[in-house]
Amino acid sequence: MSSTRPDEHVTDMDPDSTPETARRQPEDATASGVPAADGVRAPIVAPQARERAATTPSKKAVAVKLDGLRAFYGDAEQVKGIDLQFNANEVTAIIGPSGCGKSTMVRCINRMHEEIPGAHAEGRVLLDDVDVYGAGADVVAVRRAIGMVFQKPNPFPTMSIFDNVAAGLRLTARRGEVPEKVERALRGAGLWEEVSDRLSEPGAGLSGGQQQRLCIARSLAVEPEVLLMDEPCSALDPIATLKIEELIDELKQRVTIVIVTHNMQQAARVADRTAFMLAGELVEVGATQEIFTKPTDSRTEEYVTGKFG
Amino acid sequence: MSAPGGAASLETLGRLAVSPGRRRKDRLARGAILTATLLALVPLVLIVYYLLRKGLGAWSSDFFTTDPTGSTFFKNSNIGGIKSAILGTIEMVALASAIAVPIGVAVAVWLVEYGRDSLFANVVRFFVDVLTGVPSIVFGLFVYIVLIVGTGTSYAGWKGSIALSLLMLPVVVRSAEVILNLVPNGLRESALALGAPRWRVVGRIVLPTALPGMVTGVLLAVARAAGETAPLLFTAAYTHETTTNLGSFMNSLPVQIYTDVTSPTPRVVERAWGAALTLVLLILVLNMVARLVSRRSRLA
Repeated sequence: MSSTRPDEHVTDMDPDSTPETARRQPEDATASGVPAADGVRAPIVAPQARERAATTPSKKAVAVKLDGLRAFYGDAEQVKGIDLQFNANEVTAIIGPSGCGKSTMVRCINRMHEEIPGAHAEGRVLLDDVDVYGAGADVVAVRRAIGMVFQKPNPFPTMSIFDNVAAGLRLTARRGEVPEKVERALRGAGLWEEVSDRLSEPGAGLSGGQQQRLCIARSLAVEPEVLLMDEPCSALDPIATLKIEELIDELKQRVTIVIVTHNMQQAARVADRTAFMLAGELVEVGATQEIFTKPTDSRTEEYVTGKFG
Repeated sequence: MSAPGGAASLETLGRLAVSPGRRRKDRLARGAILTATLLALVPLVLIVYYLLRKGLGAWSSDFFTTDPTGSTFFKNSNIGGIKSAILGTIEMVALASAIAVPIGVAVAVWLVEYGRDSLFANVVRFFVDVLTGVPSIVFGLFVYIVLIVGTGTSYAGWKGSIALSLLMLPVVVRSAEVILNLVPNGLRESALALGAPRWRVVGRIVLPTALPGMVTGVLLAVARAAGETAPLLFTAAYTHETTTNLGSFMNSLPVQIYTDVTSPTPRVVERAWGAALTLVLLILVLNMVARLVSRRSRLA
């Protein structure tokens, strides 16, 4: 990673180095010029302000490309060779029946798959044309660039709301401007207004939906380029789900989003593109509209029309 | 159920009723369990009763503030208190904990976070289990052979501490391992997914979450070590004087009790009861602290 993207590497290591500072300035200008219009409440913000916020992220979203990705648990092959592109600043939904390898595939993208004893992956995952499984790629750096939100909201139980969001910064030893980054992340996750007056209270005391947005804020705080979401709403009620979905729509201004979902309506609501998986293979991928209205593969049609799954 | 056909519901009632045979078996089983519980209570109550009756009688104003004198020959000679035993126990157990707790927690962290299901980790687990079952006198014997006979030196407090720490080590490892396993894997995963190196995940997320539970396990191990006589008999030996020098002979409550109880002088035997009550209270306090801390636990 470092060999091919030297300046990215420097900013990762040292938050106070000049490239980072230089990049931050336009954003600060935006914030002071249009108070509270930082692109978070996108629907109620003037289009120009929204565009400005969107064009001044601290890191640019990048595309992810899977190239012959195979994933194993021991000898069992769970993901059987997938070629797939996730476009920058787009939401791509992964749908498919239980056990088809959606989660496994997504966990391969930020190399969380290999945390499971006996599991390994083959093939290439290209982040901005750099293989995250390549010889020069550090697994820790890969995960900083590709964040992840899990099925069950899991704020760190020993930490306050503030510390939960700051955890990502502290755990990765990037301490510059922690309060500012925490606020930005909480605003980014649409949680700031609800928790700004009780940042020191335990994160575990929030409601399920708030906890999940706290986890999203925690991921955003380290400013990833890609955000993987593994059924982020499956433990939430419809109202909390709606909030997360609105959030996803705003977040794609800043990050590339891959969302695994069991809920086809959700895929239809949030995703620009949708990929359908079956038994570890990619059956079809295309614009969400296409997949749900005129899929080319009969299995996709059967699945989206509820004939199985 | 009552409205249509009284006969049918009577029949149903009969089918649902408990048969006399089952009722009898139930009574018998309940009786047996209750009897066993009462039987087990008898020695427990008697121990507490004798400890309080005989122990409180031995307590006096200078019981805790004077060392045993060793002069027991005359009827009116001052036999002294148990100050050196209390302080000796605290000093040796403190040193033993300082050795066993960091090593034990480190072993548990390695087993849970790094070794996991590897062959070597399972070998370590097996030996820790074996160590748990080793009689405490064997640890004393081991230290005696290696550090006293082996080096040609004499008894010392620190050698007693080594024996106690060997005794504590497997208890600390096992209890810490159980608690670390209770930390939800989702916490580790979400911290790793933030791009944190594993050692930071362990230090910042896993250990703080597990801390209250680990304190409980550690305190129970400390309580166990504080009550052991056998590992100290021929490692720290017995002495009258209070000392803070861990390189010299050192007194302890269990050894004081052992020495006093074998005395022909009734007043000295009584002092053994007083020391025993002191030891029990010391351990009780530790256990209560352990419970208070574990109540604050966020796990399970």
